[in-house]
Amino acid sequence: MKLFRRHSFSHGVHPPAHKDGTAQIPVRRLPFPPRLILPLGQHIGAPAKSLVKKGEEVVRGQPLAAADGAVSVPLHAPATGRVRNLESVLTSRGSWEPAIILDVYEASTQEVLWRESRDLENLNPEALLQAIQDMGLVGLGGAAFPSHIKLRIPEGKEVDTLVINGCECEPYLTCDHRIMLEYPDDLIRGIHLAMRASGTSKAVIGIEDNKMDAVRLLQEKLAGTDNIRAQAVETKYPQGSEKMLIKSLLGREVPAGGIPADIGVVVNNVGTLAALGRLLPRGEGLIERVITVTGPGIKRQGNYLVPLGTPIGFILEQAGYSGGPNEFILGGPMMGPAVSSLDTPITKGTSGLLVLNEPQVREESRPRWACIKCGHCVTACPMHLNPAWLGQLAAAGEYAQMAEAANLNHCFECGCCSYVCPSNIPLVQYFRMAKAINREKAA
Amino acid sequence: MSIELRTTPHLHTPDNVIIIMRNVVLALLPVCAWSVWQFGLSALALILTTLASCMLTERMLGKSNTLGDWSAAITGILLALTLPPAFPLWMAAVAGFVAMALGKLLFGGLGMNVFNPALVGRAFVQAAFPVAITTWTPALFDGRFSQFIPTSFTMPFTIPPAVAEWNSQVAVDGFTGATPLGLHKFEGVSTSVLDLFLGNAAGSAGETSALIILLGGLYLAARKFLDWRIPLFVLLGAGLTAALFHFIDPQQYPSAPFMLFSGGLMLGAWFMATDMVGSPVTPWGVVVYGLLIGVLTIIIRLFGGLSEGVMYAILLGNAATPLIEQFTQPRVFGEKRS
Repeated sequence: MKLFRRHSFSHGVHPPAHKDGTAQIPVRRLPFPPRLILPLGQHIGAPAKSLVKKGEEVVRGQPLAAADGAVSVPLHAPATGRVRNLESVLTSRGSWEPAIILDVYEASTQEVLWRESRDLENLNPEALLQAIQDMGLVGLGGAAFPSHIKLRIPEGKEVDTLVINGCECEPYLTCDHRIMLEYPDDLIRGIHLAMRASGTSKAVIGIEDNKMDAVRLLQEKLAGTDNIRAQAVETKYPQGSEKMLIKSLLGREVPAGGIPADIGVVVNNVGTLAALGRLLPRGEGLIERVITVTGPGIKRQGNYLVPLGTPIGFILEQAGYSGGPNEFILGGPMMGPAVSSLDTPITKGTSGLLVLNEPQVREESRPRWACIKCGHCVTACPMHLNPAWLGQLAAAGEYAQMAEAANLNHCFECGCCSYVCPSNIPLVQYFRMAKAINREKAA
Repeated sequence: MSIELRTTPHLHTPDNVIIIMRNVVLALLPVCAWSVWQFGLSALALILTTLASCMLTERMLGKSNTLGDWSAAITGILLALTLPPAFPLWMAAVAGFVAMALGKLLFGGLGMNVFNPALVGRAFVQAAFPVAITTWTPALFDGRFSQFIPTSFTMPFTIPPAVAEWNSQVAVDGFTGATPLGLHKFEGVSTSVLDLFLGNAAGSAGETSALIILLGGLYLAARKFLDWRIPLFVLLGAGLTAALFHFIDPQQYPSAPFMLFSGGLMLGAWFMATDMVGSPVTPWGVVVYGLLIGVLTIIIRLFGGLSEGVMYAILLGNAATPLIEQFTQPRVFGEKRS
């Protein structure tokens, strides 16, 4: 039976991919911007604590800020330069947060001048997790959850499989695809390190079957390795959500309200593990990342290697963009937030810069109708919720009821319901609002 | 340059309410065409009357100008298709008004109604004008494109003329005015299933050809503008119930194919039970709802006072929808099956 089943999950949607513009273009490096904006909280958890003062000179690679507690990671200098200021900046989350502003030395060759050497071969899992925290690694797929926490198996849980997420199910984004094609050895080295750190004996890379070149390349590279395999899964959104991917690859369901470790699985993104495999052996911190710069508003689309802290305005100048009403989205179009300022910096969790211009923008501002109970959202919801009912409750202001009776808190805001809604009801936005109001009431 | 800010997701399917509704109208056009071919000018006038009545009511009593969403047009067309082709036009106009005013606008307009508005209109005239709504005329009579059936232009608030004599004058090829279900129920005469499937029978204006209804329905199902599970389970429920009774007593109870292709079952299953607003959104709810309508249709046909039961079956299905949904909420991903 399993033989004929396409590896997938039930429900979900098939938005147009829009990946052709960038998937075939190798990763290029952008020039260094004159100034970097480095928020101290680029990850989930406590923001890092600054180690530098205004006016201090720093070299590329040195720690700028230290982890504040266990659920936090340090921040390293993405460029050689001088600390201009420590101030509050507007981030992609829409809030003002403390940041280090760094003036980049124009004349510098920008070589990484700071490294921490370790005897990697002889580190025990605990020391390895510490090293992963020290390098400032977080999930590069978008969530920016500290990797050392993700790889640490909670007390009392047994984990056997490391799932590596190479789905990249968001339309437009191709940075993970390029990373798999261009840095497969880094990725495989990172997988081995992550397996050691988490104590998992098997690993499986899940890749959507619109990237068969990456599947084949990794299968070739892994030919002699029998505990790591690359597996094609159906191209369907949100295949790259960890619960859906685990279901597709292993047939296991993360219990409602639980975490993957409850069913013996730990999940990491391909970009994260490629960074791990590349940086940890060199003793370097996470100071740059690959982002997909794409969308109809961009003239020179592609995947670019950029220093963290690069303002999106600088990227737009380099890649060229057409004027007019634009929407600037950090990440993919399904879950990525639109930002209001071109000073917004690229952070560790930013996987792309998507610019939608006039035609889309206008198409989006379409009329709204009452819910006609077509049920398309129910058929789309990968969590098998009833968004139609949730939407009705939200419209009536029944936020508590949404959480208690209609399972609101299982919604992870993938956007499938809003995507299919023929009445253009902003369901996800309703749910986000309801969650925020419930949180406020509980506090 | 201006910066736009919108919430996620930034992509949407191109489908919207207007496109769905317009396609339903499109799928109903062949059914209308067949109706006009069979019953001539009277059928055309009937469709135009209910269409105008429904749209005018929506325009006058609706909250804002909502004619553009095409839902009033669908109600208008569906209503005509459920009425006898020679139904007096003034009564049809009343039916259209009741359908929109009581069936839809009173509840708050599009998306808020509990019952299928067209069937509310039909149920009203079924009760108000019991004779006119069971007065049938033969299909394909000569001169149907040059003259109206006499009852069409009955003066308001007067009794329609008796048409039995007129029927016998124009009847051709053995067609009488009586519907296949009526013939079977009250006279014990059976109609061939093939004739029913192709539409060579008398009946309401738009219910006679299962084939044409099926084509329209399949088109909508393919475009995901209707939930194919609803007609499937309606027909399954009706077919199995009919087969069961036919098995018990083949003399008294007609066969399943006869039941499936006669009367308004096809039209109801594909175009009225599937009305999104009145049907459940939950996957298992759809199954229960479909089976309920199918079974009820056959029960009413076999044991009720009327020869046809689809209308009341669907209205009852609509009424039961909130309850059905309550008991068929989907199992959340990762929750243990209980």
